[in-house]
Amino acid sequence: MRDAEPLIETMAGQLRDLLTARGIAEPVLIGIHTGGVWIAERLRQRLGIAAPLGQLDISFYRDDFSRIGVNPRVRPSELPFDVDGRHLVLVDDVLNTGRTVRAALNELFDYGRPASVLLAVLVDRGGRQLPIEANVVGARLSLTADQEAQLTGPEPLQLVIQQTTS
Amino acid sequence: MSATHIQLDPQGRLLHFLTVEGLTRRHLTDILDTAESLRGVAERRVKKLPTLHGKTVVNLFFEASTRTRTTFELAAKRLSADVLNLNIATSSAVKGESLLDTLRNIEAMQCDMFVVRHEQSGAAEFIARHVKPHIAVLNAGDGRHAHPTQAMLDVFTIRRHKPDFPHLRVAIVGDILHSRVARSLIHALNILGTSEIRVVAPRTLLPAHVETLGARVFHDPGQGLRDVDVVVMLRLQKERMEGALLPTEREFFQRYGLTEDRLALARPDAIVMHPGPINRGVEIDSRVADGPRSVILEQVTNGIAVRMAIMSITLGNHARPAGETL
Repeated sequence: MRDAEPLIETMAGQLRDLLTARGIAEPVLIGIHTGGVWIAERLRQRLGIAAPLGQLDISFYRDDFSRIGVNPRVRPSELPFDVDGRHLVLVDDVLNTGRTVRAALNELFDYGRPASVLLAVLVDRGGRQLPIEANVVGARLSLTADQEAQLTGPEPLQLVIQQTTS
Repeated sequence: MSATHIQLDPQGRLLHFLTVEGLTRRHLTDILDTAESLRGVAERRVKKLPTLHGKTVVNLFFEASTRTRTTFELAAKRLSADVLNLNIATSSAVKGESLLDTLRNIEAMQCDMFVVRHEQSGAAEFIARHVKPHIAVLNAGDGRHAHPTQAMLDVFTIRRHKPDFPHLRVAIVGDILHSRVARSLIHALNILGTSEIRVVAPRTLLPAHVETLGARVFHDPGQGLRDVDVVVMLRLQKERMEGALLPTEREFFQRYGLTEDRLALARPDAIVMHPGPINRGVEIDSRVADGPRSVILEQVTNGIAVRMAIMSITLGNHARPAGETL
């Protein structure tokens, strides 16, 4: 078990530098349910971003519907701003295969045409199956296939790494 | 085995949606919660989700209903499914093709879901028993038996305005006898723990033993509408008039029609619902139907999200892990 707050501090620093380097003055943050929303809200506070937080639930965009069906715990996606021409920062807890990010990008573009999209993750655990990389990374972990990284929260935010039985 | 059982898999998950009867509160709230997540799709630039991309939905309508068919069609299209509309009343039935032959033919086109509307009770269940196991069947109204998706969109609409079912009084008014909508709605309201369900109708338009469904019977709207939170008016089908069950439309309106005066008996924040299409001046006055407490058009909008939810849940429950085939 590991406290996630220092990692979020690291992410906030990287994100601030990146936004400055790119000249992005008014970014909007979008968290991917559930862990990504918790992290995005903390980043928003640390960076003093006034724009409201966006929330994405990518359940209906998953590529494994014909294998696992609908997630019964799906929540509404809410983007309380116009996506067109905006600089978006997509936030998630764990980056693994890249499939969740692919689904999130597809969903975002059904709302409009953003000017740019950055990806910020708490943990990059490797294991990519798609050509997707994060711009901001709290920590890089090399985990084996039978290990699982999971964020628990919302208070306190903790990173749990455990052995999966399957 | 009843319709209740055939629609569930051994884990109790919905494979078909044939009737509300016998389902659990969890089944209903899962549908309502999923529909809530799907509601926002209509507000977006691209009103489409990729969930059923590559699936084929067949609207199998043995009884004409433009409105219901249209909302199922739109629901399927917003989930990226391909949709085939078959109006059987005007095609194979007249050529003498049997129902099973029709089914086999459509199955041979590699379809994934049948949405069935039929004038005979039990038709959707019959089809669910005979289709190949990968196909999901939704009941879009069978005879006097059930109209479960309408019931779900009704409780969805109620929940958006009045989420506290255990403290809710609902009156269903009009032709209860012929109404599959009323039957399914009474079941759904009971499963969700509604405090009081009333049916308000003349004796000739009430089924025998309606109390056993879990509803209180009123013949006088003056009493039946008093202090209710929700008024559901039913469509009075004109052909019933010929069966001598009713006097005249005018007399029905005078005795049961929802006017502003009658609505004043309900709670001040009561909402007015109707499954449509409405008969203005027969079961409902135009001023009420178009008034501030009417949520009739909202029901139509909500019907799309609710049907999307039921489609994605039932087809999703047919999903199989990689490598496992049916």
